[in-house]
Amino acid sequence: MAQRMELWLYVVQRLTAMILAPLVLLHLGVILYAIQGGVTGEEILARTQGSLAWMLIYGLFVLSAGLHGAIGLRGIVRELLGWNGPSLNLAALCFAAGLIWLGLRALGAVT
Amino acid sequence: MTSADRTATAPVNGLTTLKLSIWRGAEEGRFEEFEIPAEDRMTVLDAVTIVQRKLDPSLSYRFACRVGVCGSCAMMVNGTPRWTCRTHVSKVVRDGQITLAPLRSLPVIKDLATDMSAFFEKNEKAGGRFVPSQEGHRDIVSVDPKSRQRKRADAAIECIGCGVCYASCDVVAWNKDYLGPAALNRAWSLVNDERDGDKAGHLQKVAVDAGCHACHSHQACANNCPQMLNPTASIAGLKREIFAAALKGEL
Repeated sequence: MAQRMELWLYVVQRLTAMILAPLVLLHLGVILYAIQGGVTGEEILARTQGSLAWMLIYGLFVLSAGLHGAIGLRGIVRELLGWNGPSLNLAALCFAAGLIWLGLRALGAVT
Repeated sequence: MTSADRTATAPVNGLTTLKLSIWRGAEEGRFEEFEIPAEDRMTVLDAVTIVQRKLDPSLSYRFACRVGVCGSCAMMVNGTPRWTCRTHVSKVVRDGQITLAPLRSLPVIKDLATDMSAFFEKNEKAGGRFVPSQEGHRDIVSVDPKSRQRKRADAAIECIGCGVCYASCDVVAWNKDYLGPAALNRAWSLVNDERDGDKAGHLQKVAVDAGCHACHSHQACANNCPQMLNPTASIAGLKREIFAAALKGEL
Protein backbone atom coordinates (compact mmCIF):
# COMPACT_ATOMS: atom_id res chain seq x y z
CA MET A 1 0.00 0.00 0.00
CA ALA A 2 2.71 2.44 1.07
CA GLN A 3 4.77 1.41 -1.97
CA ARG A 4 1.82 2.01 -4.25
CA MET A 5 1.32 5.44 -2.77
CA GLU A 6 5.00 6.29 -3.36
CA LEU A 7 4.63 5.17 -6.98
CA TRP A 8 1.55 7.30 -7.53
CA LEU A 9 3.06 10.30 -5.82
CA TYR A 10 5.94 9.99 -8.28
CA VAL A 11 3.51 9.75 -11.20
CA VAL A 12 1.57 12.81 -10.00
CA GLN A 13 4.77 14.77 -9.51
CA ARG A 14 5.95 13.93 -13.00
CA LEU A 15 2.59 14.76 -14.56
CA THR A 16 2.39 18.08 -12.75
CA ALA A 17 5.94 18.86 -13.87
CA MET A 18 4.86 18.26 -17.46
CA ILE A 19 1.95 20.65 -16.97
CA LEU A 20 4.00 23.27 -15.14
CA ALA A 21 6.88 23.45 -17.64
CA PRO A 22 4.90 25.13 -20.47
CA LEU A 23 2.78 27.13 -18.01
CA VAL A 24 5.85 28.62 -16.32
CA LEU A 25 7.24 29.60 -19.73
CA LEU A 26 3.89 31.16 -20.64
CA HIS A 27 3.82 32.98 -17.29
CA LEU A 28 7.34 34.36 -17.83
CA GLY A 29 6.54 35.25 -21.43
CA VAL A 30 3.48 37.25 -20.35
CA ILE A 31 5.53 39.05 -17.69
CA LEU A 32 8.18 40.04 -20.25
CA TYR A 33 5.50 41.13 -22.73
CA ALA A 34 3.34 43.00 -20.21
CA ILE A 35 6.16 44.80 -18.42
CA GLN A 36 7.22 46.81 -21.48
CA GLY A 37 6.73 50.47 -20.63
CA GLY A 38 5.80 49.64 -17.05
CA VAL A 39 2.88 47.72 -15.61
CA THR A 40 0.01 48.78 -13.40
CA GLY A 41 -2.61 46.94 -11.39
CA GLU A 42 -5.31 48.25 -13.70
CA GLU A 43 -3.54 46.78 -16.71
CA ILE A 44 -3.29 43.40 -15.11
CA LEU A 45 -6.90 43.38 -13.99
CA ALA A 46 -8.06 44.57 -17.41
CA ARG A 47 -6.39 41.53 -18.91
CA THR A 48 -7.45 38.96 -16.36
CA GLN A 49 -10.88 40.00 -15.07
CA GLY A 50 -13.72 38.12 -16.70
CA SER A 51 -11.29 36.01 -18.71
CA LEU A 52 -12.20 32.33 -18.58
CA ALA A 53 -8.97 31.42 -20.40
CA TRP A 54 -6.71 33.05 -17.79
CA MET A 55 -8.80 31.57 -15.01
CA LEU A 56 -8.43 28.06 -16.43
CA ILE A 57 -4.71 28.50 -17.14
CA TYR A 58 -3.87 29.84 -13.71
CA GLY A 59 -6.29 27.46 -12.02
CA LEU A 60 -4.37 24.58 -13.57
CA PHE A 61 -1.12 26.30 -12.62
CA VAL A 62 -2.17 26.62 -8.98
CA LEU A 63 -3.35 23.02 -8.69
CA SER A 64 -0.21 21.66 -10.34
CA ALA A 65 2.15 23.85 -8.32
CA GLY A 66 0.39 22.94 -5.05
CA LEU A 67 0.65 19.21 -5.67
CA HIS A 68 4.14 19.33 -7.21
CA GLY A 69 5.58 21.49 -4.46
CA ALA A 70 4.09 19.48 -1.63
CA ILE A 71 5.27 16.13 -3.02
CA GLY A 72 8.74 17.54 -3.62
CA LEU A 73 8.94 19.07 -0.16
CA ARG A 74 7.77 15.79 1.37
CA GLY A 75 10.65 13.98 -0.38
CA ILE A 76 13.20 16.54 0.81
CA VAL A 77 11.94 16.38 4.41
CA ARG A 78 12.07 12.58 4.40
CA GLU A 79 15.65 12.50 3.18
CA LEU A 80 16.94 15.41 5.20
CA LEU A 81 15.15 14.97 8.52
CA GLY A 82 14.18 11.31 8.45
CA TRP A 83 10.58 12.27 9.20
CA ASN A 84 8.28 9.64 7.77
CA GLY A 85 4.88 7.98 8.07
CA PRO A 86 1.28 9.21 8.32
CA SER A 87 2.18 12.41 10.19
CA LEU A 88 4.43 13.52 7.33
CA ASN A 89 1.78 12.59 4.76
CA LEU A 90 -0.75 14.67 6.65
CA ALA A 91 1.65 17.60 6.88
CA ALA A 92 2.36 17.37 3.14
CA LEU A 93 -1.36 17.22 2.42
CA CYS A 94 -1.95 20.31 4.56
CA PHE A 95 0.90 22.09 2.76
CA ALA A 96 -0.63 21.21 -0.63
CA ALA A 97 -4.08 22.33 0.52
CA GLY A 98 -2.63 25.58 1.88
CA LEU A 99 -0.79 26.36 -1.34
CA ILE A 100 -3.83 25.57 -3.47
CA TRP A 101 -6.11 27.62 -1.21
CA LEU A 102 -3.78 30.63 -1.32
CA GLY A 103 -3.37 30.28 -5.08
CA LEU A 104 -7.07 29.96 -5.80
CA ARG A 105 -7.82 32.87 -3.48
CA ALA A 106 -5.40 35.04 -5.43
CA LEU A 107 -6.87 33.75 -8.67
CA GLY A 108 -10.37 34.63 -7.52
CA ALA A 109 -9.24 38.17 -6.77
CA VAL A 110 -7.94 38.88 -10.26
CA THR A 111 -10.32 36.99 -12.51
CA MET B 1 56.60 4.66 8.36
CA THR B 2 57.80 1.38 6.88
CA SER B 3 59.91 1.40 3.70
CA ALA B 4 60.64 -1.28 1.12
CA ASP B 5 64.13 -1.69 -0.45
CA ARG B 6 64.58 0.30 -3.57
CA THR B 7 64.68 -1.87 -6.67
CA ALA B 8 63.07 0.49 -9.13
CA THR B 9 64.86 1.75 -12.15
CA ALA B 10 62.24 3.90 -13.86
CA PRO B 11 60.53 6.51 -11.71
CA VAL B 12 56.83 7.41 -11.82
CA ASN B 13 56.18 11.06 -12.69
CA GLY B 14 59.78 11.82 -11.67
CA LEU B 15 59.31 10.15 -8.29
CA THR B 16 61.59 7.38 -7.10
CA THR B 17 59.56 6.54 -4.03
CA LEU B 18 55.86 6.39 -3.40
CA LYS B 19 54.21 7.12 -0.08
CA LEU B 20 51.08 5.13 0.70
CA SER B 21 48.66 5.95 3.43
CA ILE B 22 46.61 2.79 3.99
CA TRP B 23 43.58 2.23 6.21
CA ARG B 24 44.26 -0.36 8.93
CA GLY B 25 41.61 -1.87 11.14
CA ALA B 26 37.88 -2.34 10.64
CA GLU B 27 35.22 0.36 11.12
CA GLU B 28 37.50 1.78 13.79
CA GLY B 29 41.10 2.14 12.74
CA ARG B 30 43.72 4.51 11.46
CA PHE B 31 45.79 5.27 8.39
CA GLU B 32 49.26 3.75 8.36
CA GLU B 33 52.10 5.16 6.27
CA PHE B 34 54.29 3.06 3.98
CA GLU B 35 57.01 3.95 1.52
CA ILE B 36 57.81 1.80 -1.49
CA PRO B 37 59.95 2.22 -4.61
CA ALA B 38 58.02 3.87 -7.41
CA GLU B 39 58.16 1.70 -10.50
CA ASP B 40 57.32 2.56 -14.03
CA ARG B 41 53.79 1.56 -15.12
CA MET B 42 52.99 0.43 -11.61
CA THR B 43 49.30 0.02 -10.79
CA VAL B 44 47.76 0.86 -7.44
CA LEU B 45 47.16 -2.87 -6.90
CA ASP B 46 50.88 -3.51 -7.59
CA ALA B 47 51.71 -0.93 -4.92
CA VAL B 48 49.42 -2.58 -2.35
CA THR B 49 50.87 -5.98 -3.21
CA ILE B 50 54.41 -4.70 -2.67
CA VAL B 51 53.41 -3.41 0.76
CA GLN B 52 51.77 -6.72 1.66
CA ARG B 53 54.62 -8.89 0.37
CA LYS B 54 57.58 -6.84 1.50
CA LEU B 55 56.51 -4.66 4.39
CA ASP B 56 53.48 -6.01 6.23
CA PRO B 57 52.10 -9.47 5.46
CA SER B 58 49.14 -8.78 7.76
CA LEU B 59 47.68 -6.22 5.33
CA SER B 60 44.32 -7.47 4.04
CA TYR B 61 42.96 -6.62 0.62
CA ARG B 62 41.12 -8.43 -2.12
CA PHE B 63 42.05 -9.21 -5.70
CA ALA B 64 41.87 -12.08 -8.16
CA CYS B 65 42.35 -11.56 -11.89
CA ARG B 66 44.55 -8.43 -11.92
CA VAL B 67 43.30 -7.59 -15.43
CA GLY B 68 40.00 -5.78 -14.86
CA VAL B 69 37.63 -8.70 -15.23
CA CYS B 70 36.75 -10.00 -11.79
CA GLY B 71 35.83 -6.71 -10.11
CA SER B 72 37.27 -7.66 -6.72
CA CYS B 73 40.09 -5.14 -6.19
CA ALA B 74 38.08 -1.92 -5.95
CA MET B 75 38.97 0.47 -3.14
CA MET B 76 38.97 4.18 -2.40
CA VAL B 77 41.99 5.78 -4.01
CA ASN B 78 42.50 9.35 -2.78
CA GLY B 79 38.83 9.39 -1.86
CA THR B 80 37.54 8.10 -5.20
CA PRO B 81 36.45 4.50 -5.75
CA ARG B 82 38.53 2.80 -8.48
CA TRP B 83 39.46 -0.63 -9.80
CA THR B 84 43.01 -0.68 -8.59
CA CYS B 85 44.38 -3.31 -11.00
CA ARG B 86 43.73 -0.99 -13.94
CA THR B 87 44.59 2.28 -12.24
CA HIS B 88 48.12 3.44 -12.87
CA VAL B 89 49.89 5.10 -9.98
CA SER B 90 51.04 7.83 -12.36
CA LYS B 91 47.40 8.87 -12.90
CA VAL B 92 46.40 9.22 -9.26
CA VAL B 93 49.57 10.10 -7.33
CA ARG B 94 49.50 13.52 -5.66
CA ASP B 95 52.75 14.95 -4.31
CA GLY B 96 54.24 11.48 -4.21
CA GLN B 97 51.40 10.20 -2.04
CA ILE B 98 48.35 7.98 -2.44
CA THR B 99 45.70 7.38 0.23
CA LEU B 100 43.94 4.02 0.14
CA ALA B 101 40.79 3.12 2.05
CA PRO B 102 38.12 0.43 1.85
CA LEU B 103 35.11 1.03 -0.40
CA ARG B 104 32.66 3.55 1.01
CA SER B 105 29.20 2.51 2.25
CA LEU B 106 30.19 -1.11 2.89
CA PRO B 107 31.12 -2.62 6.26
CA VAL B 108 34.87 -3.03 6.62
CA ILE B 109 36.07 -6.54 7.43
CA LYS B 110 39.71 -5.61 7.80
CA ASP B 111 41.99 -3.01 6.25
CA LEU B 112 41.02 -2.71 2.57
CA ALA B 113 38.63 -5.66 2.45
CA THR B 114 34.91 -4.87 2.77
CA ASP B 115 31.91 -7.10 3.31
CA MET B 116 30.11 -6.85 -0.03
CA SER B 117 27.08 -8.97 1.00
CA ALA B 118 24.69 -6.01 1.06
CA PHE B 119 25.83 -4.96 -2.42
CA PHE B 120 25.13 -8.41 -3.92
CA GLU B 121 21.94 -8.99 -1.92
CA LYS B 122 20.50 -5.82 -3.42
CA ASN B 123 20.93 -7.33 -6.89
CA GLU B 124 18.58 -10.07 -5.79
CA LYS B 125 16.23 -7.62 -4.09
CA ALA B 126 16.01 -5.53 -7.26
CA GLY B 127 14.88 -8.59 -9.21
CA GLY B 128 18.21 -9.05 -10.95
CA ARG B 129 17.42 -12.64 -11.85
CA PHE B 130 16.45 -13.56 -15.41
CA VAL B 131 12.90 -14.94 -15.69
CA PRO B 132 12.55 -17.31 -18.65
CA SER B 133 9.63 -16.60 -20.95
CA GLN B 134 9.63 -20.16 -22.31
CA GLU B 135 9.58 -23.47 -20.62
CA GLY B 136 11.40 -26.59 -21.71
CA HIS B 137 13.72 -26.91 -24.65
CA ARG B 138 13.04 -24.42 -27.42
CA ASP B 139 15.02 -22.95 -30.22
CA ILE B 140 17.33 -20.09 -29.38
CA VAL B 141 15.38 -16.85 -29.47
CA SER B 142 16.66 -14.51 -32.11
CA VAL B 143 17.24 -10.98 -30.89
CA ASP B 144 17.76 -8.30 -33.49
CA PRO B 145 20.99 -6.50 -32.54
CA LYS B 146 19.57 -3.32 -34.06
CA SER B 147 16.36 -3.37 -32.04
CA ARG B 148 15.78 -0.54 -29.58
CA GLN B 149 15.56 -2.90 -26.65
CA ARG B 150 18.74 -4.75 -27.56
CA LYS B 151 20.62 -1.45 -27.86
CA ARG B 152 19.37 -0.39 -24.44
CA ALA B 153 20.34 -3.73 -22.92
CA ASP B 154 23.73 -3.52 -24.64
CA ALA B 155 24.44 -0.22 -22.94
CA ALA B 156 23.71 -1.71 -19.52
CA ILE B 157 25.50 -5.07 -19.63
CA GLU B 158 29.18 -5.86 -18.94
CA CYS B 159 28.97 -4.87 -15.28
CA ILE B 160 31.76 -6.64 -13.39
CA GLY B 161 30.16 -6.15 -9.97
CA CYS B 162 33.11 -4.24 -8.56
CA GLY B 163 31.03 -1.98 -6.31
CA VAL B 164 32.66 1.24 -7.55
CA CYS B 165 29.29 2.76 -8.46
CA TYR B 166 27.85 1.71 -5.10
CA ALA B 167 30.71 3.39 -3.23
CA SER B 168 30.41 6.48 -5.46
CA CYS B 169 26.73 6.99 -4.76
CA ASP B 170 25.74 9.59 -2.17
CA VAL B 171 22.20 8.23 -1.97
CA VAL B 172 23.61 4.83 -0.95
CA ALA B 173 25.62 6.62 1.73
CA TRP B 174 22.49 8.43 3.01
CA ASN B 175 19.99 5.61 2.75
CA LYS B 176 21.19 2.10 3.54
CA ASP B 177 18.06 0.61 1.96
CA TYR B 178 18.61 2.22 -1.43
CA LEU B 179 19.09 -0.51 -4.01
CA GLY B 180 22.02 1.29 -5.61
CA PRO B 181 23.24 1.89 -9.16
CA ALA B 182 24.51 -1.61 -10.00
CA ALA B 183 21.34 -3.45 -8.95
CA LEU B 184 19.10 -0.97 -10.75
CA ASN B 185 21.29 -1.07 -13.85
CA ARG B 186 20.97 -4.87 -13.84
CA ALA B 187 17.19 -4.58 -13.55
CA TRP B 188 17.17 -2.23 -16.56
CA SER B 189 19.12 -4.74 -18.65
CA LEU B 190 16.49 -7.40 -17.83
CA VAL B 191 13.56 -5.06 -18.54
CA ASN B 192 15.07 -4.71 -22.01
CA ASP B 193 15.85 -8.39 -22.44
CA GLU B 194 13.38 -9.60 -25.04
CA ARG B 195 13.72 -13.16 -23.72
CA ASP B 196 12.74 -12.21 -20.17
CA GLY B 197 9.18 -13.15 -19.22
CA ASP B 198 8.44 -10.78 -16.35
CA LYS B 199 8.99 -7.16 -17.31
CA ALA B 200 6.21 -5.95 -14.98
CA GLY B 201 7.71 -7.97 -12.13
CA HIS B 202 11.11 -6.36 -12.62
CA LEU B 203 9.56 -2.89 -12.69
CA GLN B 204 7.52 -3.67 -9.58
CA LYS B 205 10.63 -4.64 -7.65
CA VAL B 206 12.43 -1.37 -8.37
CA ALA B 207 9.37 0.90 -8.10
CA VAL B 208 9.70 0.78 -4.33
CA ASP B 209 10.48 3.41 -1.76
CA ALA B 210 14.27 2.95 -1.84
CA GLY B 211 14.28 1.93 -5.49
CA CYS B 212 14.88 3.87 -8.68
CA HIS B 213 12.84 6.88 -7.56
CA ALA B 214 15.35 7.57 -4.78
CA CYS B 215 18.10 8.30 -7.35
CA HIS B 216 19.14 11.97 -7.44
CA SER B 217 20.86 11.67 -10.82
CA HIS B 218 24.17 12.92 -9.40
CA GLN B 219 25.91 10.67 -11.95
CA ALA B 220 28.84 9.83 -9.67
CA CYS B 221 28.22 6.17 -10.60
CA ALA B 222 28.53 6.91 -14.30
CA ASN B 223 31.54 9.10 -13.68
CA ASN B 224 33.49 6.40 -11.88
CA CYS B 225 32.31 3.18 -13.52
CA PRO B 226 35.43 1.44 -14.83
CA GLN B 227 33.37 -0.25 -17.53
CA MET B 228 32.09 3.10 -18.75
CA LEU B 229 28.51 2.11 -18.02
CA ASN B 230 25.92 4.74 -17.15
CA PRO B 231 23.70 3.45 -14.34
CA THR B 232 22.11 6.91 -14.02
CA ALA B 233 20.78 6.58 -17.57
CA SER B 234 19.52 3.08 -16.79
CA ILE B 235 17.74 4.37 -13.69
CA ALA B 236 16.19 7.19 -15.72
CA GLY B 237 15.00 4.53 -18.17
CA LEU B 238 13.41 2.57 -15.33
CA LYS B 239 11.64 5.71 -14.12
CA ARG B 240 10.23 6.30 -17.61
CA GLU B 241 9.07 2.70 -18.01
CA ILE B 242 7.48 2.69 -14.55
CA PHE B 243 5.70 5.98 -15.27
CA ALA B 244 4.27 4.59 -18.51
CA ALA B 245 3.38 1.23 -16.95
CA ALA B 246 1.60 2.93 -14.03
CA LEU B 247 -0.50 5.06 -16.38
CA LYS B 248 -1.40 1.97 -18.42
CA GLY B 249 -2.46 0.21 -15.23
CA GLU B 250 0.20 -2.46 -15.56
CA LEU B 251 1.72 -1.90 -12.12
